[in-house]
Amino acid sequence: MIPISIKVSLDLVKSLYAKFIDWDAEMIDYETGIPSHATNTAISEDLGQVEYIMTDKTGTLTENRMIFRRCCISGVFYGNESGDALKDMKLLNAVAGGSPDVVQFLTVMAICNTVVPIKSKTGAISYKAQSQDEDALVNAAAQLHMVYANKNANILEIRFNGSVIKYEVLEILEFTSDRKRMSVVVKDCQTGKIVLLSKGADEAILPYAFVGQQTRTFIEAVEQYAQLGLRTLCLACRELREDEYQEWSLMFKEASSTLVDREWRIAEACQRLEHDFEVLGVTAIEDRLQDGVPETIETLRKAGINFWMLTGDKQNTAIQIALSCNFISPEPKGQLLLIDGKTEDEVCRSLERVLLTMRITSSEPKDVAFVVDGWALEIALKHYRKAFTELAILSRTAICCRVTPSQKAQLVELLKSCDYRTLAIGDGGNDVRMIQQADIGVGISGREGLQAARAADYSIGKFRFLKRLILVHGRYSYNRTAFLSQYSFYKSLVICFIQIFFSFISGVSGTSLFNSVSLMAYNVFYTSVPVLVSVLDKDLSEGTIMQHPQILFYCQAGRLLNPSTFAGWFGRSLFHAIVVFVISIHAYAYEKSEMEELSMVALSGCIWLQAFVVALETNSFTILQHLAIWGNLVAFYVINWIFSAIPASGMYTIMFRLCRQPSYWITMSLIVAAGMGPVLALKYFRYTYRPSKINTLQQAERMGGPILTLGNIEPHPRPMEKEVVSPLQISQPKNRNPVYEPLLSDSPNSSRRSLGSGAPFDFFQSQSRLSSSYSRNCKDN
Amino acid sequence: MDTNGATTSSTAGGGSTSKSSSKKHSRKPVYSRFTQQELPACKPILTPGLVIATFTIIGIIFIPLGLVSLSASEKVVEIVDRYDESCVPSNYSNDKLKFIQNPSINKSCVRTLTVPKLMKSPVFIYYQLDNYYQNHRRYVKSRSDKQLRSVSDEKSTTDCSPEDKTVDGPIVPCGLVAWSLFNDTYWFSVNSKTIEVNKHDIAWKSDKEHKFGSNVYPKNFQSGGLIGGAKLNSSVPLSKQEDLMVWMRTAALPTFRKLYGKIEQDLQANEKIQVVIQNNYNTYSFSGKKKLVLSTTSWIGGKNDFLGIAYIIVGGLCLFLAVCFILLYVIKPRPLGDPSYLSWNRSPAGHPN
Repeated sequence: MIPISIKVSLDLVKSLYAKFIDWDAEMIDYETGIPSHATNTAISEDLGQVEYIMTDKTGTLTENRMIFRRCCISGVFYGNESGDALKDMKLLNAVAGGSPDVVQFLTVMAICNTVVPIKSKTGAISYKAQSQDEDALVNAAAQLHMVYANKNANILEIRFNGSVIKYEVLEILEFTSDRKRMSVVVKDCQTGKIVLLSKGADEAILPYAFVGQQTRTFIEAVEQYAQLGLRTLCLACRELREDEYQEWSLMFKEASSTLVDREWRIAEACQRLEHDFEVLGVTAIEDRLQDGVPETIETLRKAGINFWMLTGDKQNTAIQIALSCNFISPEPKGQLLLIDGKTEDEVCRSLERVLLTMRITSSEPKDVAFVVDGWALEIALKHYRKAFTELAILSRTAICCRVTPSQKAQLVELLKSCDYRTLAIGDGGNDVRMIQQADIGVGISGREGLQAARAADYSIGKFRFLKRLILVHGRYSYNRTAFLSQYSFYKSLVICFIQIFFSFISGVSGTSLFNSVSLMAYNVFYTSVPVLVSVLDKDLSEGTIMQHPQILFYCQAGRLLNPSTFAGWFGRSLFHAIVVFVISIHAYAYEKSEMEELSMVALSGCIWLQAFVVALETNSFTILQHLAIWGNLVAFYVINWIFSAIPASGMYTIMFRLCRQPSYWITMSLIVAAGMGPVLALKYFRYTYRPSKINTLQQAERMGGPILTLGNIEPHPRPMEKEVVSPLQISQPKNRNPVYEPLLSDSPNSSRRSLGSGAPFDFFQSQSRLSSSYSRNCKDN
Repeated sequence: MDTNGATTSSTAGGGSTSKSSSKKHSRKPVYSRFTQQELPACKPILTPGLVIATFTIIGIIFIPLGLVSLSASEKVVEIVDRYDESCVPSNYSNDKLKFIQNPSINKSCVRTLTVPKLMKSPVFIYYQLDNYYQNHRRYVKSRSDKQLRSVSDEKSTTDCSPEDKTVDGPIVPCGLVAWSLFNDTYWFSVNSKTIEVNKHDIAWKSDKEHKFGSNVYPKNFQSGGLIGGAKLNSSVPLSKQEDLMVWMRTAALPTFRKLYGKIEQDLQANEKIQVVIQNNYNTYSFSGKKKLVLSTTSWIGGKNDFLGIAYIIVGGLCLFLAVCFILLYVIKPRPLGDPSYLSWNRSPAGHPN
């Protein structure tokens, strides 16, 4: 009987939690009009207990909307002043003037890709691109009057300033993540010249510039753009001689048709061609962070949630994004530890070193994050799983770059195996495995289709909704479920205890004190409604939770539903059963000890107590709660009057008789006072003298106290304590130690990122080299 | 995108705006305070004032109520006389069973009761049985309400075994409850003047009218080998057999009183009442006690000090708690919602490593 009643109530309530998520007007993506959606209705309260969030990068943290922002052509920077090269008069003038460098640059932008132009009936051209970067480049070129107009089999048509130029595509050297560049070989149909056009990551292009070309400005450009968090690509070209191409072409064809080691052979063939580049320039593409991402991550980190970024992108890009969205703090507060190495041994040593550092720093108020790439991760997971697991437990933040979808899933599994509650959030098809593996999967219904959103338990429109999803919906759901499930046990136990006590005075024969109608209706009608409206209960207002996300700790640690709280409810049910039983049998003794009457007295005693228990445990009363709690009490009498009016029922006329007796009402009020008095006294005592953080916030919130500034009135006289447990500390820049010696400064494989405190840009400037180039959207790795 | 369309159309005509926007947001849920969980709520907190006031008020209400209940109970005059031991002749005192089971022995027994105080009419006569488990599962179930209600259900005696039927047909009323009907009788007199005992309307009205049929007559009752208790006049319908009805209202506790009758005259203080008891009912086999109870009544029923005392205790405890909380509040004031209790640093918020 107990489990059934709980199951039914919980299922009802959980579907309502899910509905609240669907209905939430603050979680509607106003750009697309798509509301959030809870596909899985069963795990809302798990949201409140999340300990680890695994997030994808592109499309999840960023908008995945690439916009061409700046470029550097032959040493001239465009777009630096206005921030948008397309509006830079210098560049527009250069285009209009037909500067050969610029034209060549634009040509590469327009045709060095796998984009397919589609002409609509109105004549407008739209592009179908596999990668957002290529799309951005082609569109930018089109805006600079270099319009990639048509593709007919191998013939490309380009319109530039009114003239049409045709190219024949001879070969496409596709992008691979090893080569980090792609090239096309085209033949100018007018002149017959064969040209190799390439674009790729800086480290894949610049070292292969022809001897004598000065690449210094390009390196500077790349660095400068990287500091701004832009994705850079280097564009290059080389004119090929006819015979050189023919010779290479044979080799390439042969390589393409080999069965063994084809990829490697092709790469080798490409290598033969891709050298002695004439570097034309650098493009910078912006992929903006979504709105509110840094705030969301900061809030959730304050709430004690650990973030791991799992991305297919390269390390530098990942680190930059991580920095710009508060994922990791800049030094001196934060520290990055790098796990890498070329051989297994190196990886192992690096891992051990990081682990050692992590152990030392885990007691310090520092944000230590480790960075690992796919290759090192594979070794670590394969051979050093134990060490890596320990590292995973110690580390609050991690950046895993260049990881495959299956590695993402493995990482989630690793954390799950340590009994952490994990949430995975992603937007693309490559995140599906991780989303499914995690306890909770959240999909962002973004530009990469709905694959992730469909596979996920929750789909949201924007990353920033995650904050509300976890802190508001997750937390409320957890609190409500904790109350509801314990209360369900409580109410069933009260009846059970009374039956047990009664059996002692009925010759241990197992007589039921309550008639079958009452027992049946007890869980279904009499006690279920008041507790079901606890789905509307809010212990703290949403604003307070957002102010103090640390309060989520109560959910994560299971403070509201654990053996000791359960013992409390158990004790309460035992106490209430004793109160009801003892008072009933003594008040209705001797000539009044009629079975049916006593049974109804005890039952109504229980119902009265239940109403007051729910009322006492409710934090906020809406009209519905009042209706449910007090209406239910009235309904109890109405139902029993109806049963009492049926001659065939066992309790014919009983309730009418009882309600006419003053002693019945006196007994009821005695039961309520005796049952609730100690509970109220205990609750008041704990509430006032041993308040939990929730209680304190409640008090502050409702006394109209300085709730908005609470976070900052952190008492000053305890700076020493403050240093101890800092991750959850309400940040107080004043007290921060300004001098900090990085721990790994002497490490040979230093991952040290020194910087002065202050603007995040300082951080980048001091990097020896941090490029953010990636040749295409390489999420799928 | 679409938004622009909506706004331009809004300039054209107000009516079309709502239409187009509702179409556009068709996937969006309807906004209401319920769906947004923003219903206006009253959020009481346990302030010292509220809690102390609650306890004080409970205390202030409960103690007088308790005193009133107690005095009502005290006003009830009650005479309790245990007669099961003393109504056994001394030569049978070692073998009471033999005495009670022998039908040939005269079972009458005379008791004298002294009225302590004036007992105003009506005076209720109860018999009280102790250690009598009328709430035993097998016993409680051994009855057939259907059969009691109508003649047509005479044969529904499935629950009544072993007292369900005889060779002559079903027993009416069947079952152990009816079979064990109490059969001691009392005859009262004061100064050798008989006191009339009114045995009408001692059963519940609802029982007479609905539970016991007016055309159901006792049949084959107490005709078996074992006689449990009283016999019933088979010419009187069950709806008139009020003693049976009273008995069939099973008691929930092993100690219970059942109404025997009413004396509709005042009993003066210090009057000596002579009771002639026909001591027929066998409680000796299970060492049950039999008591004769004469009692007046008050607004809370018979004599029962429990409610009054409990009220005074609960009220007293509430006042005590109120005083304690006031003292605590004065001695150790603690501002509610003080942010200094909200140091996240002091919470063991680190993560289990």
